[in-house]
Amino acid sequence: MCAICGCGEDHDHDHDHAHSHPHDHDHGPGHSHTHAPTNLVELETRILAKNDLLAQKNRGWFAGREILALNLVSAPGAGKTTLLERTIADLRGEPPLYVIEGDQATANDAERIRRAGAPVVQVNTGTGCHLDAGMVARGLAELRPCPGAVAMIENVGNLVCPALFDLGEAAKIVIFSVTEGEDKPVKYPHMFRAAGLVILNKIDLLPHLDFDRERALANLRRANPAAEVLAVSARSGEGLGAWCDWLRRRLAAAREAAFA
Amino acid sequence: MHELALTCAIVEMAGEAAAGRRVARVTLVIGKLSGAMPEAIRFCFDEVACGTLLDGAALAIVEPEGRALCEECGREFATPDLWTACRCGSFALTRLQGEELTIESIELEEAA
Repeated sequence: MCAICGCGEDHDHDHDHAHSHPHDHDHGPGHSHTHAPTNLVELETRILAKNDLLAQKNRGWFAGREILALNLVSAPGAGKTTLLERTIADLRGEPPLYVIEGDQATANDAERIRRAGAPVVQVNTGTGCHLDAGMVARGLAELRPCPGAVAMIENVGNLVCPALFDLGEAAKIVIFSVTEGEDKPVKYPHMFRAAGLVILNKIDLLPHLDFDRERALANLRRANPAAEVLAVSARSGEGLGAWCDWLRRRLAAAREAAFA
Repeated sequence: MHELALTCAIVEMAGEAAAGRRVARVTLVIGKLSGAMPEAIRFCFDEVACGTLLDGAALAIVEPEGRALCEECGREFATPDLWTACRCGSFALTRLQGEELTIESIELEEAA
């Protein structure tokens, strides 16, 4: 019987699965290669291998110090820095919060964080559109967050490039403001897919907008059925209690996991 | 333009693997759902390779289509993007193919 359609015939199926069949059979030592060309070097190396290795080093560095590292990403202007300013004020050092600020240029955001009362280093990426694990490692060498802290890595405002670069964080957090379109999660699926938490920000503006929250969340579910969601206003303070609880819970989990 | 950073990583790693010999061809696998654009990597490649062992090397890019396995009903199907559900309605999918971002091989020039 045909094993594919169960039709009783022994026919050939067109079988169009497109996954590649890796060429990985063993060649015995005496087996002569006839594959041309002879000077082919098989690498099968991930293009991001070096970044990922540095990210794993960062991850180990955080684990050894029981630090919760979070990678904050969003479109420009979604409210990452304002959310951090409010979070610093609300946590009041319990737990201590440290910030790595990534921007193409200026130290404006670092200045805001410093005024809010948290230790911060600014990493300027120049023409670069994202932070990479090496930049974070250099930032950490300067920032030296204390054991048991939360290290916030505020990425360059960009919903495309930072999605591919692991920095060694415990989770990516996407800040999605209600002044953006409800279809952002499907327009930028790589980023939303990589998120452990999505923070819907600027909800104080909802009465003035046509933003359809249910439609936005349905779009998020299409790109990422598993992401947690919190709705906040960094301006009015609404929802920030739940956000601070989330941080404390995740920090406790990270501290446990460091010894698992 | 994260493709510039990716191209720099490609040229660096392929150059290390070449161990001093000139590279005639680099073959990449860039899945259709990988988040990187092959055209943008091509655009950057000659410039980044200039003056390295990869200077003048041909660039071949294989682009596997997306495929996923539905965690609800077990169906394997083609996924043109990252937000299409299985026909059973589930968005809980295991991605099988299309997210590759690898240097498959390099072809070295004959030793002089």
